[in-house]
Amino acid sequence: MNGKAHSFEAPLGIGALLSRLELSGKKIAVERNGEIVPKSAHAETMIRDGDQLEIVAAVGGG
Amino acid sequence: MRDALVIAGKTYTSRLLVGTGKYRDFAETRAAVEASGAQIVTVAIRRTNIGQNRNEPSLLDALPPSRFTYLPNTAGCYTAADAVRTLRLARELLDGHELVKLEVLGDPHTLYPNMPETLAAAETLVKEGFKVMVYCSDDPIQSQMLEAIGCVAVMPLASLIGSGMGILNPWNLQLILEKLKVPVLVDAGVGTASDAAIAMELGCDGVLMNTAIAAARDPVLMATAMRKAVEAGREAFLAGRMPKKLYSAAPSSPTEGKIAPKAA
Repeated sequence: MNGKAHSFEAPLGIGALLSRLELSGKKIAVERNGEIVPKSAHAETMIRDGDQLEIVAAVGGG
Repeated sequence: MRDALVIAGKTYTSRLLVGTGKYRDFAETRAAVEASGAQIVTVAIRRTNIGQNRNEPSLLDALPPSRFTYLPNTAGCYTAADAVRTLRLARELLDGHELVKLEVLGDPHTLYPNMPETLAAAETLVKEGFKVMVYCSDDPIQSQMLEAIGCVAVMPLASLIGSGMGILNPWNLQLILEKLKVPVLVDAGVGTASDAAIAMELGCDGVLMNTAIAAARDPVLMATAMRKAVEAGREAFLAGRMPKKLYSAAPSSPTEGKIAPKAA
C-alpha cells in the first residue's frame, strides 16, 4: 500500500481498509495493480495477497 | 460574455491560470489564488499519508471545487503510462472530472518536456474522453500534432519550469499562435508581470503560472500584479499596437500654431 508492505489478520475489502485508515468519505482514489477501483466497487472488492494498492489525494501543485 | 476564454466549451472570464504548489500554507494558497482572480487552478495527485489523515487540512477545503475548476496535472511523470495512470486516478478522485493538464517530463534536471511520450499520452487520454490541456515544448509542428490529436488547449513553455526566465522565444510562440485554432496558453517560465503581459500581447489566450507567484517575496501582491498584467496584455493585444519604427518625425503635438520664434 503506497509502496509499503502491510499485513492483515483476516480477509479485508477495500471499503473496510479505507474505514480502518479513517479515509472513508475523504477525497481519495484507489488503484489496485495499476487499475482504478471505482468508489462504487470499494465495498465489494476484496484485497488479495500481493496486491499493490495506491491511495492518492489532490495536493498543491503547478 | 465579452472576450471570454473558452476551453472545451466552458467559458472563463479570467485568462490567468495558477498552480497551488510551493505556498507556505493553505491560507496563503487561498489568498494568492483569490488575488489572482484565477478560475482554473492546477493540483497534483500524490499518495495520501497513511495513518496521518486525521484532521489534516486539505487543499479541497481551502479551494472548494464548487468555486474553482480543478486542473489535475501529471507533474513528476516521465512516461506516457504514468501520466495516463495519474489522470485516471484524478478522474476517479474528482468524481468523473475530465479537464486535465498533461505534462510528461524529459529529465529531472531541466524538467524539459518529453514530446514523444507527451504525444503518446495525449492520444490515449483523448480516446478515453479526457479534455486535455497539454504542456509542451514551443515547437510549432508538435503543437499542431497535439491539436490534431484532439487536445483542447496547447500550452508551450515560455522557458523552463520554475526558471522565471520569461519568454525566450516569442517567434516560436507566434508561429504556434498563427497555426492553431485551439487556445494557446503559455505555461511555465514566467517570472514577473511584464513576462505575462508580453505573452498576452503576442496573442496567447492565457497564461499558467505557479512559481512566479508562490516564490515572490509577497505572493499575494504578485498574484494581483499578474492578474493586472494578463488583463493589460490582453487589452493591448485586442487594441492592436502601433507599428515599431526607428523614428517617425511625427510629434504628438500640433506643428501648426506655434508662437513666432524670437527675432534675432
